[in-house]
Amino acid sequence: MTVSLSGNEIAKKITEYFPQAVAEASDETILIKTEVLFEVAGYLKNTPEFDFDYLNHITAVDYYDYFEVVYQVTSLQYNHSLVLKTRCYDRDNAVLPSVVRLWRGADYQEREIYDLMGISFEGHPNLKRIALWSGFEGHPLRKDYL
Amino acid sequence: MVIKTEPFVLNIGPVHPSTHGVFRMRATLDGEVIIDLEPVFGYLHRGVEKLAEERTYTGVIPLTDRLDYLASMTNNLAYVLAVEKLAGITVPERAEYIRVILSELQRLASHLIAVGAFLNDCGAYFTPFLYMFREREKIVDLFEMVTGQRLLYNYMRIGGFAQDIPDEFIPAVRGFLKQMPRFIDEYERLLRENEILLARAKGVGILPREMAISIGASGPVLRGSGVKWDIRKADPYSVYDRFEFEIPTGTVGDCYDRYRVRVEEMKQSLRILEQAVAQIPAGQVKTDVPFLVRPPAGDAYGRIEAPKGELGFYLVSDGSIAPYRCHIRAPSLMNLTALREMMLGWKMQDAIIIFGSIDITMGEVDR
Repeated sequence: MTVSLSGNEIAKKITEYFPQAVAEASDETILIKTEVLFEVAGYLKNTPEFDFDYLNHITAVDYYDYFEVVYQVTSLQYNHSLVLKTRCYDRDNAVLPSVVRLWRGADYQEREIYDLMGISFEGHPNLKRIALWSGFEGHPLRKDYL
Repeated sequence: MVIKTEPFVLNIGPVHPSTHGVFRMRATLDGEVIIDLEPVFGYLHRGVEKLAEERTYTGVIPLTDRLDYLASMTNNLAYVLAVEKLAGITVPERAEYIRVILSELQRLASHLIAVGAFLNDCGAYFTPFLYMFREREKIVDLFEMVTGQRLLYNYMRIGGFAQDIPDEFIPAVRGFLKQMPRFIDEYERLLRENEILLARAKGVGILPREMAISIGASGPVLRGSGVKWDIRKADPYSVYDRFEFEIPTGTVGDCYDRYRVRVEEMKQSLRILEQAVAQIPAGQVKTDVPFLVRPPAGDAYGRIEAPKGELGFYLVSDGSIAPYRCHIRAPSLMNLTALREMMLGWKMQDAIIIFGSIDITMGEVDR
């Protein structure tokens, strides 16, 4: 059985290295501040104790006040997983650091979020629309589209 | 005399028999050798995730059929598992067994097409493909007996099934299980050591282990690269923890390994089916679930080992009758991430095989 690691426990470990990084933590998930997202993700991936080498999925949810981007990562070796979340409050200019350099699998998924939800990823090697054509107006998965 | 050459851009697809749907590859060729490649998606984008937000939880099930339309039974399963996780619904034991039986039959049907289409791409023009279709037809007949449909089954429901399987289904599966191993042996005799297949697929389109993990590959693509990872074992859902089966893996991650993993998985599916058919209990097939399911506010990620890899649904509920957000983690899309690296340096005709060995369905890639 894949063990879902407790967000509270991981948050303590993260705070040792990145004091201001964790905004909120619960048993299921950790909410990371956007500015340090890439560093925290790198720490989780490269620390042998966690070894999160596999990215299950990235997705974004529009809550009107903010976008929540969800990362689920797994360690194939230890068979444990963790859900990371981060929030973007600026609707007109939502920017997040890209994690493609850590997990190549983020490539198409970040493009998809950029295309359908309108969140840009800084440091993405090829950030352009994936499902819709370039020149399409708007981002259909946003709740205020339609 | 040296002939002057210059790079040549070739568009493969979107409508082309070997792209298995409407997929486009923009290849830059130096003579016959691929020196750059850009996949272009979106020709089958229907906005399933947006459509799901407008429907009730049960109403989303027919949409999931149309993702990987060669394995719609497992798509149903991944979705209903996610809703059941979100709403905390448990499923009767008999329904769990039926789910396992249908999933494994679906895996066989999907792998038969994957292997047949792959051999087709290798140049064994339509003979193996028709052999595979002959066997798939029997599975489709079984599904028709249960659901009345032959492609898009829309059979699973939140909390179980709409109706029980007919009495003649289990004997029919037993009959199928008697025949099928002989047919797999027949393919093996014809193809396993086939010189043409070995020459075309061995060592071609290698996906190294580290890259397979990094791109989030799953299913036969990940296992072909030598990673022993199967959600049925690693994170068992339904009643998969009650069955004995192996996880076949490849060694180097070439096209031949991916092909072998699929054939070996078919044999393991038969093993699971034998056990499930022997153990299936009597009883209810549906728990009491309200017609309009209203899961409590929150989120859940339900996932299964679909024939093509990890198929997951990330659902967010706001307590209403429709999902607030329904994200689909599509294995076909993730498995394509390293397509460029796998194809660089190979010739045009190898590219078709490499693409065929990944086994994608465009309905799932574009959603």
